[in-house]
Amino acid sequence: MMAGGSDRRAAAAARRRLLPGGRLAGPMPWIIAIMMFLTVLAAAAGLALAAAVQSMSDDLAGRATVQVVEADQQVRDRIAAQALASLRGAAEVRAATAVDPVRLAEQLRPWLGEEAVNGDLPVPALIDVMLTPGDAGAKLERLRARLRALSPTLRMEPHAAFLQPLAGLLAALGWLAGGVVALMALATGAVVVLAARGAHDSHRGTIEVLHLMGSTDVQIARLFQRRIGMDALMGSALGFAFAIFVLLLIGLRLADTGSDLLGAIDLSWQGWLALALIPVAGIVLAMVIARRTVLRALGRTL
Amino acid sequence: MTAIVQFENVGLRYGLDSETLSDVSFSLASGGFYFLTGTSGAGKTSLLKLLYLAQRPSRGVIRLFGEDVVTLPRKRLPGFRRRIGVVFQDFRLVPHLSAYDNIALPLRVAGMEEGEIDAAVAEMLNWVGLGDRGQARPATLSGGEQQRVAIARAVIGRPEILVADEPTGNVDADMASRLMTLFEALNRLGTTIVVATHDLPLMRQVQDAQMMRLDKGRLADPTGGLRYPPRTQGSE
Repeated sequence: MMAGGSDRRAAAAARRRLLPGGRLAGPMPWIIAIMMFLTVLAAAAGLALAAAVQSMSDDLAGRATVQVVEADQQVRDRIAAQALASLRGAAEVRAATAVDPVRLAEQLRPWLGEEAVNGDLPVPALIDVMLTPGDAGAKLERLRARLRALSPTLRMEPHAAFLQPLAGLLAALGWLAGGVVALMALATGAVVVLAARGAHDSHRGTIEVLHLMGSTDVQIARLFQRRIGMDALMGSALGFAFAIFVLLLIGLRLADTGSDLLGAIDLSWQGWLALALIPVAGIVLAMVIARRTVLRALGRTL
Repeated sequence: MTAIVQFENVGLRYGLDSETLSDVSFSLASGGFYFLTGTSGAGKTSLLKLLYLAQRPSRGVIRLFGEDVVTLPRKRLPGFRRRIGVVFQDFRLVPHLSAYDNIALPLRVAGMEEGEIDAAVAEMLNWVGLGDRGQARPATLSGGEQQRVAIARAVIGRPEILVADEPTGNVDADMASRLMTLFEALNRLGTTIVVATHDLPLMRQVQDAQMMRLDKGRLADPTGGLRYPPRTQGSE
């Protein structure tokens, strides 16, 4: 077993000597490192934005606010209490909570001034409603009908409607990131084709000698495949490591903002796994493309 | 003796030029020793290229080891090439490999274990008198040493046919004579030897060798019979 292992190592070393060029020698590993860095960042952005849109949609789809728009405070309070009781009794509602009018007035003070606090200005009463899981649209319609029966002054606004444009923007940015990843994969493929052709041309003499000694196309293609695979491995590892470092820094910055919206931009473990698979896919892609390119070039010779 | 090589009306044309080889017909017996001679530009190297499967002819039939190699599918050529050792006129040593690795190439191509390769290459290096130059790169070797590495590489896989294009062109008379003795030894082990040269004294050294002479792309004897063994010619 030991002898077999050392024999394999000696054979591998001999194969490496056939196509000279050390690790990280030449521009190829560095170009792949840059490509990998950008690809991982783009993919991370796409995955995080997709997760944020999903989280936002899940969060907002089941929420709504009921407004009691009535100038008379006594009537407003009475209708609000009836609406709250009615909502709590509805099967579609998981929870209904009246928004504290004092807190609401405090939040409005920067825009409406002291009148919002001293009661001179009629401010609608608000009730936060959380729906049970399921078809939010149909449930909202049923609840609207229920509230209209209580009073025409009751309005129900689903939260999803407020943030729909933002969610749409984030989703578009997510797709854009996906497109960037696809373009980077294409560009990486093109770089590998050029590198394989260049290596094939610069080793034409060696290849011809190997051919005349009886090397098969596959044996020769394997040499290039291994060499470019090594370049891709070094470049991918470098680019991936740097991208992860940058992503962790961005994550820390996002956490520091304390924003709920930005906090939604996060990567699940599946997202991290998908990112980890990108360099693996990059190496496999580089090896397959190198092999096909060299085999095609060899196929044109005798 | 059975024919190991057969050429029938073989013609070779590069591009739109006139034929480099025309109507070449001959057959070589297995285990024979043959010299191919002719003036520069007569087509010796082109004929050898056809023989070691670096080129397909424009017309005619070539049979190696009993099989038509002109119509042979490309993927079957490596198997035939492994049975032929070649000493190129310009050596074609791989410049970034040591003498050891250059000599080991055919064995590695054939998939031999490294342990066996080591012993075989060491023996071969000693055989050509380069036992202490194994790790030297071709650029650091003299012309004669490079030629010996090229010869060692050609014969290490014990080919059935050895094709050598001007193998003694860069060595002194003494070394040329020694190399020819090595070829004879290989020939006695059953390898068919084809040597392109115009070194008449060298041809005279090999007893029982036969000669083919090319003149402007045609064999001097169009019947295809291999004539003028050097010994006969020398005694005339």
